[in-house]
Amino acid sequence: MTVEKELILKLYKSLLREGNKFSSYNFRMYALRRIRSRFKEEKIVKDPVKVELCYKEGLKNLDIIKRQVIINDLYKPEKLVLENRK
Amino acid sequence: MCLIFYFSAQSTIPTDLSKLGEENILVEKIDGRPLYMDAQATTPIDPRVLDAMLPYMLSQYGNAHSRTHAYGWESEKAVEKAREQIANLIKCDPREIIFTSGATECNNIAVKGVARFYSEKKKHVITTQTEHKCVLDSCRALEGEGFEITYLPVSNTGLINASDIEKTISSNTSLVSVMMVNNEIGVKQPIHEIGELCKSKGVFFHTDAAQAVGKIPIDVNEMKIDLMSISGHKIYGPKGIGALYVRRRPRVKIHPIQSGGGQERGIRSGTVPTHLVVGLGEACEIAKNEMKYDHEWMEKLSNRLLNKIMNRIPHVVRNGDSNHSYPGCINLSFAYVEGESLLMALKDVALSSGSACTSASLEPSYVLRAIGTDEDLAHSSIRFGFGRFTTIEEVDYTVDRVIKQVERLRSMSPLWEMVQEGIDLKSIQWSQH
Repeated sequence: MTVEKELILKLYKSLLREGNKFSSYNFRMYALRRIRSRFKEEKIVKDPVKVELCYKEGLKNLDIIKRQVIINDLYKPEKLVLENRK
Repeated sequence: MCLIFYFSAQSTIPTDLSKLGEENILVEKIDGRPLYMDAQATTPIDPRVLDAMLPYMLSQYGNAHSRTHAYGWESEKAVEKAREQIANLIKCDPREIIFTSGATECNNIAVKGVARFYSEKKKHVITTQTEHKCVLDSCRALEGEGFEITYLPVSNTGLINASDIEKTISSNTSLVSVMMVNNEIGVKQPIHEIGELCKSKGVFFHTDAAQAVGKIPIDVNEMKIDLMSISGHKIYGPKGIGALYVRRRPRVKIHPIQSGGGQERGIRSGTVPTHLVVGLGEACEIAKNEMKYDHEWMEKLSNRLLNKIMNRIPHVVRNGDSNHSYPGCINLSFAYVEGESLLMALKDVALSSGSACTSASLEPSYVLRAIGTDEDLAHSSIRFGFGRFTTIEEVDYTVDRVIKQVERLRSMSPLWEMVQEGIDLKSIQWSQH
């Protein structure tokens, strides 16, 4: 069974949306950067078994991000000098 | 003498501070947390690592050594999974991993433990002058017990010559200890070569890989490593956990430092902290999967920083070999600027002049002294440490601040003025008043 393109696109968008919620500037920027680069890397994967594995890994990471965004928000760090400058 | 004169010139404080405005470090307020550029001192815990650890800090609190109930079993399972994750990263057998409290304890166990175990037949240990303090101090302790220690000098790029080790090895040598990546200058030692050499001479080889594990590829069998120290908090894991790799075939025997319940094959007694071990294991697995991406990112950031600084300010020297080094650690000396003054002026960026252990002292780093850096340049060094979470914007911000402050401090320096006038500072006879 192959994962439908729409589902992958939906996962990509959810990951970016959730990653963008990190209070910490560094975690937020890393999450956005790595999600984008990882999807770019995996774009060449055509084998349906591998696609499914990647998809499952993405779902797992989405759960991790959702939980960690909450914890990050509970212990919200002070903003960095760089963020305050803007 | 020249430094005293120099320092007093820089620290002249005008009476009316408010007139200096934001240029003065004493009145300058920083709005927000400083940027973190000290990844060799420690790294933040990766959210993925924290996510793996949390269940073991909440509901799964069993003692991994409890054999009579499910709480113990689930913790033991988690500890063994972590052992496998670490073994996968350095390509060894999980049974060769011993959990400790960190790389300092690993280095103590390895250096003292091996030397003491084989002390009846062999009483000589070889190490280098640029090792971490905990290796050097362990060696000092051994000297007090009657061991002979050779502290090999390094070249002016920080690299050790394997042939120097070969010349020093004798039938009395039990151990050679050389760190893989230097914590202050980022230099990568020729571990492969040293490993081959030690194997051919029948001498045990220990490497402190706290700054290398998870950042550069390691294969303990290919590199012929017998003992290797690993730290959790240098690879986005928690503090207070480390692991020592100890080869099983041929077996390396160790005289344990800590006595107790005989956990970790009797080498390191004490209850294994499940949540920390799980964190270290997860950090290793992430490091293995992300190594290529992270390394490319480090290269991108370090090239950016180096190009910008080198192009915009003169008289900047990079300490350590630029070809054989880890790109996430860049040590620069800004001539005619006092390093501590620069760090004080850069309150909005967390930087260090060297290792965190010695950052309280004003003495120049012994690592820089060992590579033959001039006293004045050793006093003007700054270490830039990047990590997985460092952004390009942070590097740009740091570069701009560094350039501005170096120019400001130089403009106040009489030495810089003399250099601009073409006076050779080395020709000056300084007199004491």
